[in-house]
Amino acid sequence: MTSSQPPVDSPRPVEQLETPLRVVVLAGGLSHERDVSLRSGRRVAEALRETGAEVDVRDVDADLLRRLGEDPPDCVVPLLHGETGEDGAVREVLELVGLPYVGARPDACRAAFDKPVAKAVVSRAGIRTPAGVTLPHETFRELGAAAVMEAIIASVGLPLMVKPARGGSALGCTAVLDASALASAMVNAFAYGDTAMVEQMVLGTEVAVPVVDEGNGATALPVVSIEPDAGVYDYAARYTAGSTEFRVPAKLSDELAAECARVAVLAHETLGLRDLSRSDLIIDDEGAVWFLEVNVAPGMTETSTVPLSVTAAGLDLGGLFAGLVHRAVHRAAHRSG
Amino acid sequence: MSEQHPPTGDTSGRPARAHGSTPGPTGRTRLDSYVDRYAARTQGMTASEIRALFSVASRPEVVSLAGGMPNISGLPLDVVADSLDELVRNRGTVAMQYGPGQGDPHLRGQICEVMRLEGIEAHPDDVVVTVGSQQAVDLVTRIFCDPGDVVICEAPSYVGALGVFKAYQCDVVHVEMDSDGLVPSALRDAIAHVQAAGRRIKFVYTIPNYHNPAGVTLSAARRPEILEICREADVLVLEDNPYGLLGFDEEPHRALRADEADGVIYLGSFSKTFAPGFRVGWALAPHAVREKLVLAQESATLCPPAFSQLAVSAYLDDHDWLGQVKEFREMYRERRDAMIDALDDMMPAAARWNVPTGGFYVWLTLPPGLDAKAMLPRAVTNRVAFVPGTAFFADGFGSQSMRLSYCYPTPERIREGVRRLVGVIEEEIELRHTFGTGLAATPVPALRRNDGYDAPGSDLT
Repeated sequence: MTSSQPPVDSPRPVEQLETPLRVVVLAGGLSHERDVSLRSGRRVAEALRETGAEVDVRDVDADLLRRLGEDPPDCVVPLLHGETGEDGAVREVLELVGLPYVGARPDACRAAFDKPVAKAVVSRAGIRTPAGVTLPHETFRELGAAAVMEAIIASVGLPLMVKPARGGSALGCTAVLDASALASAMVNAFAYGDTAMVEQMVLGTEVAVPVVDEGNGATALPVVSIEPDAGVYDYAARYTAGSTEFRVPAKLSDELAAECARVAVLAHETLGLRDLSRSDLIIDDEGAVWFLEVNVAPGMTETSTVPLSVTAAGLDLGGLFAGLVHRAVHRAAHRSG
Repeated sequence: MSEQHPPTGDTSGRPARAHGSTPGPTGRTRLDSYVDRYAARTQGMTASEIRALFSVASRPEVVSLAGGMPNISGLPLDVVADSLDELVRNRGTVAMQYGPGQGDPHLRGQICEVMRLEGIEAHPDDVVVTVGSQQAVDLVTRIFCDPGDVVICEAPSYVGALGVFKAYQCDVVHVEMDSDGLVPSALRDAIAHVQAAGRRIKFVYTIPNYHNPAGVTLSAARRPEILEICREADVLVLEDNPYGLLGFDEEPHRALRADEADGVIYLGSFSKTFAPGFRVGWALAPHAVREKLVLAQESATLCPPAFSQLAVSAYLDDHDWLGQVKEFREMYRERRDAMIDALDDMMPAAARWNVPTGGFYVWLTLPPGLDAKAMLPRAVTNRVAFVPGTAFFADGFGSQSMRLSYCYPTPERIREGVRRLVGVIEEEIELRHTFGTGLAATPVPALRRNDGYDAPGSDLT
């Protein structure tokens, strides 16, 4: 779908694409995860440059559209985490200006980024997700927090995980083992957004499963297991090298690894995602696989799980992204042609 | 739907990559090959979600009341440019050469003239030039402190100094301040308490003028009392005075060092009176201490940067630098007024703050039950930033307070920042009200970690 009067000069027609590819990596933004996004952007930009691409890293600001319009790249790689990055808004604008980009379409991002919506969608496809409720802070104010929290505990039980409904990097997430800790966990989550999700806490092995589609259908990359020293995979455990032990491929039976892959691919496809995603799952003590959330712009930092899995698959991060860039360019050309 | 991409199995044969170590034969990795080899003093050098939030504060949409950058836009850049041009042309081979470990002798003489403004009579031989006064804090701690030694600090204290004390594995004991600065009776009690426990106090670290972060100044009446307490207890004083010439309506206060040469090490800086980019500060110390500081400086840097020192020296010689400081003071006073007016006009009645008579900072204490650190994500969403009070304590206190800086944003932006901050506070009050009182007593693990690295970097405006 292209507009009759594209607001920017059209990107180069695909048949005129010569090497090097010209790519703009979007990183930064104004979300709470700006710092993580900047790191992801730097790493992917460097990896793409190693493949010979010409790469600019740009922040999302009032100057972005003008610069993209004056000098349109062949493709945009959005590595924005958090609001406006993963909720589809920036991709919607890229659609408007007719620039190819890597990753899922805006509508799919909107559903995937909203954790309760994503859980509802994948659970209809038969994927197991923790039971829970999603409530805006007004509900607690209007109905009385004590009564609502009592109802939550009576219905969902303990232990609980409290998370902002939208957002990543474990920001605003708290494990609640005791009913008395629920109120402060709610306040913590509401510091990051107006809606919080309270869900049953599943105990077990935390794993991350990247899914890529290089043109031959969605494929899971090796499962990465995550064992933070502190027991909790919080912000410090995620971004302090050395504080978490990863295993890739995770030490799982072939059946369990295949089940994790199946769940991640099914989530990717059910949510209508594209190119690349990462599902975060938990394997409980009985070997059941639970879906927690999916990321449409997964972290690519030095301590992120996707690059680890890419390497373990025998792939190269730059090569993978160069392939996705080519795919996005061809997709756009095919669509406009 | 397709199947799992086949893992390649053993990846141990691959060489280590720039992005960290690759998994070994078992597929295990910590992404840091050196994780078992770091010194104990690196404990706590972890990623901080609070620090990460300051990344957003650097965006122009956000009113940052969090930074500590001096506003040097008023500097006469043409004068500095001519001076540097002359320096390179006429003395380039000296300016770009190694220099003495103690620092340039001429600059040390000029530093003594600067210190005379605060009543200090000193000899250039007793001055050691450092890479900002921050390095002076480091060198003094390096030569005095073994792991477990006690350093007494004000409550709150400068986050950069707390970082140094932590790196040298000192135990920090905080002592109460009020609107007149360090409270003498509290200092006496703290010293007695620590000494009674058989612990060794290496020094009292104090910022007597326009305190960072508290904004208060040690009263003239208390100065001799503080010196007397330390003299009696045989405790050294480390007087850190980067803001001393930035008083708005008063002559410079008499330095503690002016009345006590043996028991005080005095630290000064050109970062706020000229420009921080040169990284030129100094320590004035008793001669035996100075000897060790010079040796420590030589092992740390060989010598402080000659180019920066000669540049600062030329500026002091060729320009009315004190006139420039007066202009800075007027600019900061206007911003202080904007901050205080905005707080007076908009802040909820239960909040408390001081009115600084100089320097860069206001210390604001929130209405009871609020937690500044827990509020920071909401503030960032509302496009305003501050530094939570916990950054200025080594022991996790300070959660109800925050540091607001007025040095960098314009008066209009300061007012807008306070307006946004008030909105954040009101939302937080409503949320706390919804979820009941007593929340502050319930720890939230993700936000309560206090590793001492929760302050912004030096380049945040």
